[in-house]
Amino acid sequence: MSAPEPSVECPEPIAESTDPNELKQEIIGRYPTKVARKRAKQIVVNRGSESCEANEISANVRTTPGLITQRGCSYAGCKGVVLGPTRDIVNITHGPIGCGFYSWLTRRNQTRPEGPEAANYMTYCFSTDMQEENIVFGGEKKLRAAIQEAYDLFKPKAISIFATCPVGLIGDDVHAVAREMKDKLGINVFGFSCEGYKGVSQSAGHHIANNGLFRHVVGSDDTVTPGRFRINLLGEYNIGGDAFEIERILESCGITLVATFSGNSSYDQFATSHTADLNTIMCHRSINYVAEMMEEKFGIPWTKVNFIGGAATAKSLRKIAQYFDDPELTARVEQVIAAELPAVEAVRDQVKPRCAGKTAMLFVGGSRAHHYQELFKEIGMRVVAAGYEFAHRDDYEGRRVLPGLKVDADSRNIEELKVEPDPDRYRPRKRPEELERLKSAGFRFKDYDGMMADMAADTLVVDDISQHETERLIETYRPAIFCAGIKEKYAVQKMGIPLKQLHSYDSGGPYAGFRGAVNFYREIDRLVNSKVWSYLQAPWQKNPELTAKYGCD
Amino acid sequence: MLLRHTPMEVVERKALTINPAKTCQPIGAMYAALGIHGCLPHSHGSQGCCAYHRSTLARHYKEPVMAATSSFTEGASVFGGQANLVQAIDNIFTVYQPEVIAVHTTCLSETIGDDIPQIARKAEADGKVPAGKYVIHANTPSYVGSHVTGFAAMTRAMVDYFARSGEARLDQINIIPGYVEPSDMEEIQHLTAAMGLHTVMFPDTSNVLNGPQTGRFEMYPRGGVRIERLVTIGASRATVALGPAASAPAARALDRKCKVPCHILDLPIGLQATDRFIDTLRTVAGVTVPESINIERGRLLDLITDMHQVFHGKKVALAGDPDQLIALAEFMVAIDMQPIHVVTGTPGKEFETRIDQLTRNAPHPVQVRAAGDLFLLHQWIKNEPVDLLIGNTYLKYVARDEDIPLVRFGFPILDRVGHQYFPTVGYRGGLRLLEKVLNALLDREDRDAPEERFELVI
Repeated sequence: MSAPEPSVECPEPIAESTDPNELKQEIIGRYPTKVARKRAKQIVVNRGSESCEANEISANVRTTPGLITQRGCSYAGCKGVVLGPTRDIVNITHGPIGCGFYSWLTRRNQTRPEGPEAANYMTYCFSTDMQEENIVFGGEKKLRAAIQEAYDLFKPKAISIFATCPVGLIGDDVHAVAREMKDKLGINVFGFSCEGYKGVSQSAGHHIANNGLFRHVVGSDDTVTPGRFRINLLGEYNIGGDAFEIERILESCGITLVATFSGNSSYDQFATSHTADLNTIMCHRSINYVAEMMEEKFGIPWTKVNFIGGAATAKSLRKIAQYFDDPELTARVEQVIAAELPAVEAVRDQVKPRCAGKTAMLFVGGSRAHHYQELFKEIGMRVVAAGYEFAHRDDYEGRRVLPGLKVDADSRNIEELKVEPDPDRYRPRKRPEELERLKSAGFRFKDYDGMMADMAADTLVVDDISQHETERLIETYRPAIFCAGIKEKYAVQKMGIPLKQLHSYDSGGPYAGFRGAVNFYREIDRLVNSKVWSYLQAPWQKNPELTAKYGCD
Repeated sequence: MLLRHTPMEVVERKALTINPAKTCQPIGAMYAALGIHGCLPHSHGSQGCCAYHRSTLARHYKEPVMAATSSFTEGASVFGGQANLVQAIDNIFTVYQPEVIAVHTTCLSETIGDDIPQIARKAEADGKVPAGKYVIHANTPSYVGSHVTGFAAMTRAMVDYFARSGEARLDQINIIPGYVEPSDMEEIQHLTAAMGLHTVMFPDTSNVLNGPQTGRFEMYPRGGVRIERLVTIGASRATVALGPAASAPAARALDRKCKVPCHILDLPIGLQATDRFIDTLRTVAGVTVPESINIERGRLLDLITDMHQVFHGKKVALAGDPDQLIALAEFMVAIDMQPIHVVTGTPGKEFETRIDQLTRNAPHPVQVRAAGDLFLLHQWIKNEPVDLLIGNTYLKYVARDEDIPLVRFGFPILDRVGHQYFPTVGYRGGLRLLEKVLNALLDREDRDAPEERFELVI
């Protein structure tokens, strides 16, 4: 790879001159035959929305050992992602020390306790720190004692337990211990069998977390949060303060947020979340299970929203207003949009001339690699390649593929809860004719079109991208910016390309909502137009010829 | 308050660790393996381990941290990870072409009992290991020891796999630098070079985890000990191993395997520990200490004597790894600071004994705990406040709640830079450490001084 041009301008992308099919063949040509065959199905040249042929990608399949993946494990998805932002549950990791240590405060989930005395355990790391004798003789006794010690010290509202790899292997029953301690202590104690080897990525952990929350917490308190338009926000984890911004917007619209799963959340929010009248989903991948189950059990419809981008935020607010079908709410939502959007558009217009025509790649998560494409488009940047780390086919191709999805052995191991309508509390939120009216007016329930529909033809979609593929894509396209995570960050930056972390946002955020869009435009402007990338060559590397000799003889 | 639930009253816990002062073995093994040139560390377990370790190391160093994983699924956990590891070895050598793959185990693969040498032999028999390339391994179950012992295990693996007894002794000394920063490894090399010694340092993460921005990503950066050098360590005259916890197992293994006599010293942090290091090098190699080192020593001593009034009597709480804290406690005592709370997470009675010895004549009782945690340390501080905290980034929560200045030292440092580039070992490292301590103490004094006592000159 040659050193990048020492110019402030990003090198012109060569996407136009690159045949993505050839690049794909070249990339997989490096792999052993079987691996190449597998990866060929996970690297797709997008057909674009005009094509009548559907895209198909292989996703949520096993990671190929040794390829250097971005992916993490089931524990990370369960304890780290979904339960990580819960502040008033004492989350105890049952296992050796590492898992608890690495998931301690590293995801930038912000939280705002109700007051100085209110519970906030997010700054703490709780672990049974299993030792060899616990592995040999079993760790249940230690776990029981740990729960007791946690209770004695903190008297929390709830304690949850997260199983790590060896726990499942040695047969510790975290659920039995949880039930026993729940009876003994009189508080909610519940466990998650989220051993790291479950499933093929973090995604399994999301599902396990959803199941556990649904089974043990959701619906345990029938207190109704007052409000006329009452919704839950699912799949928003308050990285860098995103949930704070969404809360602000919803509040100014007069929409009551009953519960967020799980950014800036509290246990009571989860417990009463079944009383809301609409579930709105941000990160489809990590939380759609809870939405599905709440609909079946309690009759709450769900719809996909997206608060990433000013226009997307406006669209999502209008969608919520359309659902509630109340003139007063509709008017207020329009007022809020009218009051907020101009500031977003002003910054967008400032930034756009400097960013337009530049290219971006996004390889992250299970929804953000899709959501953030809209922000890039708004400032005239082109996404030339994107993919998810742990998504399923429906996140790429849309939920229409769900009926045809084959459940493989790894997914079958993740429990599917059998949910039936609650005999007392199932309550359809809309009459059938209202639902029909909404649908015919274009309102889409439980639907998601996925990433590919929003990507241009001949862009590359890569699932579970490897280090090798990352390097080849960058060398070929030289994007102005690459979005991924901390493991990728410094390797990409060594290539002279700025990397924006879209898991943790580096130290930035919020990027959601109206103010978030402004922050993001400015951040991207800073990254793709910074002169700091222009100093890669020292003067003597640019002009190595000597004009005189001094003192060298 | 960020740690609002931490009570003052200390109740002994038997089962629950809160706010650990250590992490698990595999990350130490991964860090050590990065100190071999052309090496790709490989985590044999669930892929989450590898992701967590890479993330933590990348956040600490702000550098690429490349490593692969066996990506266990439930099937591999039941039937064993052989197929995964063989496939990984094939893929790694085919795609990433390292000189050596350094496999470390995890709690998962240890619990199911995977035999790494047997699997590596299988990979070799299947033709997956190209000629002249190596697969080495260390057993690092996460339920034993800590990241420090994991580092020690992988360092020892370098001896087990590569050291060969030579016909004749080579005119060189082995240096095992301990679990220290790349900047520290550079500083140790600076000292040995100043003394005119030929050395082999292993591992060596300098120029791996503090690499330059060049516009090129190098999968295998310039630094790291070369395999052809590692092969010669069995023929060296002596081994100087720094930090008993991190370096003694490798040094002793080399002594047993190739009869290379070893000198196990404390990490050269602070005046006296660095003195012992230099003096050992001098006597082992039979060289004189050059004037340049005397000058470095003199400068450190000069700062100590000039600023003694600031250090004197200041109470300090220390948290970190055992080798670091033993040397640091000695240094603090030497300049009349008072380390009164000392916590490491790495288990081992030896640590407590050493700290007790070092602080025996201290004018103040000293609380020390090997298998402690930062929650306990915080409680001790609530009961007996200190003027300064020295430890990793997690202590910033204690620092803010208790309004105590913090000098970041140890692993991990996630919110500041500098440790990659500037050492804390050697005399120059001592200068940097004391500068940080002074700045922390004096900034606090300036912040809190009433206007009439606000001083221009110190």
